[in-house]
This record gives sequence, C-alpha cells and structure tokens, in this order.
Amino acid sequence: MPKILFGSNQLPNIVLQEKHMISSIVFLILTGVASYFFAKNLSKIRRNILLGKDIDLSDNKPLRFKTMLGVAFGQSKMKARPVPFVLHFIVYAGFILINIEVLEILIDGIFGTHRVLSVFGPIYDIAIGFFEILAFAVSIACIIFLSRRYILKIARFQSPELKGFASRDAATILFIEIVLMGALLKMNAADQILQLRGVDHYINAGSFPISSWLVVPFYNWLNMSNASLILLERIAWWFHIIGIFLFMNYLPFSKHFHIIMAFPNTWYSNLKAKGELNNMASVTQEVKLMLDPSAQTPEGYQPPTSFGVKDVTDLTWKNLMDAYTCTECGRCTSVCPQNQTGKTLSPRKVMMDTRDRLEEVGKNIDANKGTFVDDSKNLHSYISEAELWACNTCNACVEACPVNINPMEIIVEMRRYKVMEQSAAPAAINNMFSNMENNQAPWQFSPMDRANWTQED
Amino acid sequence: MSEFKVRTMATLAAAGEEAEILFWVGCAGSFDERAQKITKAVAKILHAANLQFAILGTEEACTGDPAKRAGNEFLFQMMAMQNIETLNAYGIKKIVTACPHCFNTLKNEYPALGGNYEVLHHTTLINQLLNDGKIAIKGGAFKGQRITYHDSCYLGRANDIYEAPREIIEKLDAALIEMKRSKANGLCCGAGGAQMFKEAEEGSKEVNIERADDILETNSNVVASACPFCMTMLRDGVKHHNKEAEIDVKDLAELVANAMDL
Repeated sequence: MPKILFGSNQLPNIVLQEKHMISSIVFLILTGVASYFFAKNLSKIRRNILLGKDIDLSDNKPLRFKTMLGVAFGQSKMKARPVPFVLHFIVYAGFILINIEVLEILIDGIFGTHRVLSVFGPIYDIAIGFFEILAFAVSIACIIFLSRRYILKIARFQSPELKGFASRDAATILFIEIVLMGALLKMNAADQILQLRGVDHYINAGSFPISSWLVVPFYNWLNMSNASLILLERIAWWFHIIGIFLFMNYLPFSKHFHIIMAFPNTWYSNLKAKGELNNMASVTQEVKLMLDPSAQTPEGYQPPTSFGVKDVTDLTWKNLMDAYTCTECGRCTSVCPQNQTGKTLSPRKVMMDTRDRLEEVGKNIDANKGTFVDDSKNLHSYISEAELWACNTCNACVEACPVNINPMEIIVEMRRYKVMEQSAAPAAINNMFSNMENNQAPWQFSPMDRANWTQED
Repeated sequence: MSEFKVRTMATLAAAGEEAEILFWVGCAGSFDERAQKITKAVAKILHAANLQFAILGTEEACTGDPAKRAGNEFLFQMMAMQNIETLNAYGIKKIVTACPHCFNTLKNEYPALGGNYEVLHHTTLINQLLNDGKIAIKGGAFKGQRITYHDSCYLGRANDIYEAPREIIEKLDAALIEMKRSKANGLCCGAGGAQMFKEAEEGSKEVNIERADDILETNSNVVASACPFCMTMLRDGVKHHNKEAEIDVKDLAELVANAMDL
C-alpha cells in the first residue's frame, strides 16, 4: 500500500485497481461504523425525548411548514442581532453547501473515483471555487466567534452555567470547523498542483480561488514531489472525511446538535398566542366536581395522580425536544428582566438543566435494563426555587429564541408542582391565593367595594 | 361619576336592556387608587362614544391570572369557571378591559373552559373609536410633548399588540420617542408572573428601576402605559430616580380623556 502512494502514474492498472479496492473497503467500513454509532445515539435521543408526556402538535401543517422554513431554514429570528446573524449565516451556508462536496467525497470514496461530480463541467468548477471561498469565510467566521467568546468576552457567554463542559463544547466545535475547512483547502492545493503537472488520476477539474494563493505558494516553496503531494492530498482527503465522521458523532453529545434539531423543533412550534398558558384538563374535572358535588364523573374517569412537573418525564416531549435543540446561545438569558437585574434565573440554564437531567434519566434507564430506578433526584434538584419564583412570565426568552424554544413553560409547570403538590409557594404568594379565594381579588379588599369607584368623580 | 351613571349588567338586565359591550374593570382598576383613575377615564371615553356599556360590579371576580402564573391551576380554574358562569348568564359577547392580564386570560384562557367572547384591550377599542370618528381629540393638548410608550408584556409579546397604542400617541400630535428596548424587545416592568405580589428574589437591582433607566434615557415628559400593573411599577421606578415632577406616568386612556377634555 505505501508503495502505491509514490508515483501511482507509473503503476500497472491491476495494482491501481487493487489500491482503489482496499481504500474503498476501508472507506465503506468507516462510513458504516460512523453511521452505526450516529444512528444509535440518535435513537437514544429519540427515546429520551419520547419519555415526555404526549402533546398533540399535528395540526395546521401548512403554517408549521412555513414557520420551519422561515425560522430554521431562513433564520428569520437571528436577524435581531446583525453581527452574529451574518457570521452565523456564513457558517450555516457553508455547512449546507459544502455538504455537496461531502457527497462527492462519499462517491469517490466508495468507487475509487476522483472528483466524480466534475462531469458537470463549468458548473462544477464554479461550485468548487465557491466552496473554497465559503470554506475560507467559515474559518474566518469561526475565528471571530472564538474571539467573541474568549477574547472580547461578550456578556452572554460569561454566565455561570457556561463554566466547564459547555465552554469547552463551544470551543471544540469551532476548532473542529476551522480544522476541517483547513483540510479542504490543503487538499485542494495539492490537487491543483497535481492537475497542473498532469499527474494521472488528477483530472483537470474545479477552480481554486483561495487555496491557490493561501496554500499553493507554501507547497511550491517546499518544492514537493508528485509523490509527496499525492500523499498530502490523500491525507487531507482522509482527514477531512474522518473529521466529518467524528464531528457527526460528537453532535449528539453537544449543544451543536441544534443543526439537526432546529428543523423539527420549529416545525413543532407553539402556534398559539404566547400569552396563553395551557389549560390543565386534569384539574378542570376536579374543579367541576368541587364546585358542583352532584356533577357526574365521565365513565372511566381516573382522578389525576400528580400535578405539574416534578421531573423531566412530567414535561411534554416538546419541552424535551426544546432541551436537545438548545445551542446555549444565551439570547434568552440576555433579555430576561430578572437575569439582567442580577437574579439567579437564567432561561438558558433551565434548558441546559433539563437536558442534563434527561441525559441522566436516560443513562439510568440504560444501566437498569430499560427501567428507571429512583435516584432520589429530580428536575428540582437542578433548578432552585429562587430561579422558579423569579420569573415574570414576560415571554422575552421565548421571543428571543432563534429556534422557538420555550423555557417559560418549564418554569410555570415546575411552579405548578411546587404549589399543587407541595404547597411550597413563597408566603406572599400564598397570601395572594387566600385573598383571591376569600375576596375575589389578589388583595385584601372587600368584594362589596368593587364598584365604589362609580360613586366618585 | 357625576356626569353619567355607570350601570351594572344586573341593573340593565332588570330593566330588560342589553349592553353592547361589557367593561371588565379588573381588580387593580377596581381597588387600586391610581388605577381607578384609568378606569374612570375609560368609562368616560366609552360614554363619550355613545357606547351602551355596563360593568359586572360586585359580580366581577379576579380572572385568576396571578394564580395561574404562580402555578395554582385549581384556584385559577375556580375563579375562571365562576366568572364564565356569570358572563354566560348575561349572554356577554363582547368585552373591553384596561388590564392586559385580564385581556390575555379572558381572550386566550377562558375558551378552554367554556368562555368564548370577543375580547378587546382598551387601546385597541379607543384607537378604533378614533379611526371611526366616534370620538375625536380636540386640538393638540399634547402637541410637542415627548411621549414614550412602555409595552406591556401581556399586550405585546403575549398578544402581538404593538401598533394600536402607538397610533393613539400619534393621534395626540405628540412625538413618540421609543425606548432602546421596545415592542418585541420591550423590557418587562417587573410585575408579571405574580411578581407584583411578592418581594423580588435576591439580585442587584429591581426590574422597574432598570426600566426607569430606559425611560430616563428618552428625555420624555410622559411615559404612556397601558396596564395598571406597569403603571405602579413605572411610577415607583421614576420615583426612585426622583423624577416624578418631570416625568408623568399616564395610561393611554387618561391621555385620550385629557385631550378630549373629559
């Protein structure tokens, strides 16, 4: 095998074919292994999401499609902050479009071809040239992103919840992207020299507006032989595709999973007015019985066993999908009135805690042959009362989220557990409740005085 | 009210009359001294527009909004069902309210419990009345004044009502000065989510003071609000900066009633 790498144009066809076969087999095995683990982790996440309670979000498909198209595909909510919008759009466009080149890599890898899509002629040349520009722009954008986080230290990236893994996760993703884009440019640089030298197999295809000045002069300066260039080109090629496989398998463990989840999550967006909190049907029946003891319970009526959210499995699958969609950008936290005034509440942390707890529950289930074994923890072990009781339910976090995540709903559901299961509301809130019960108002006024204002001027 | 009598649904029903619209006053509007002034301004405007309106009076109870936001769904639904029974008994079709919290609850959360009404916030109705020429603003009582508008979360983000209040300010011939955080990016006054009824959690600042900073930045003479809870919070915020002599916190209904010489 190594021998082949030195001057393949002098080798008889039969050896060439054998070389291609071996690399095709290695490539297929790698693809298989990467896809297997990716699919396995995806199905685990799917299983975790489906641990949530059911909610029917199957209505109004045209509007759902439109929302997904605008918010996820069109990134409409990113525009609120122009600088990150432009940078992010470059990386996003790079991700989508450079994947066309990955498709070529897959075909080349399997069939031992080289730049198979070059059959498209000039269109191919333009596309490859465009991808080079994009790859360069993506690298620059990622460098700016890194400096926003670690040099400029933009406020929303300095929150306490980002300490540790979350911060490393962000850096890792940006670093991988820069390295992958670099590999692409190095590969192209070697390729174009080989093309110029007329080396067999390296057909004249593509255009290289970036690597031609960024990388080629360096290779020329090194005065590299055909053999070393082929070696370099192959290394960069394999590095790029293996990098992509690793990246793909890192995704399910990372905040970067949003690149996949943004689409289903916006499809399942809340289409109602943001001010509407869901009606608890389980409570409705109980209240009806309470107000009218003679009321008939519907047949097969089971009184509810619990109210509100104690643990992640009490949330809906959409809440859990939200948690896996969150990329921890912190726009929610940066507009939260309570967080802005120094309180501990951070909507981003609510989402991160939900995902962390859900992962913990999932691992518990895996470790115990499919059933959850009580670990004397729940979502309230992660999210404190001070956080829950700070929320203004102002919907700023919901409005700010570029992928339509709703942290507020989780907070209200957890309050429901505190109040209806534990009677553990702050004293002042309990006071308000009793005023409402006794005086039909949250304050201690006599209900008989309600229309007194009509007697005044 | 000396110029006219605000009637209740009960008296109307007893007289065999019907109201075009129910004025849902809300708890703040009924009991809070400052908010009562908003209530009276709304009543005067409705009267001036020749609308046959009535209130529920002592039959009105809290919509249950703060209970629901605080997680007490039982109490919320008890309040809601009691109110729905009253509203349906009078065959109410259309409701106007000066409280965005009542508005949101009546409009969005009562239907699931059997209460279906056309619910309007007073800013929407007043703007409509002005557009339709049912009421008119005399001269430029606020001409040249710098007015900033504070978006109530439950009108704005919760229900996408951003324009009606602003159109009213334009009709007042005043200069509308936007705060740096406005419309969908508006900063909460700090009252919502039942915060009005408790002490703030430990932090570095009160939300209403943070909002008052935004107000001060606009150099306005008047802060227009459209919610009795925002009113309380903003007034306290402005007072905190000792600016209550320079900056008036007024509900849009009060501004319109004032410009109408009511």
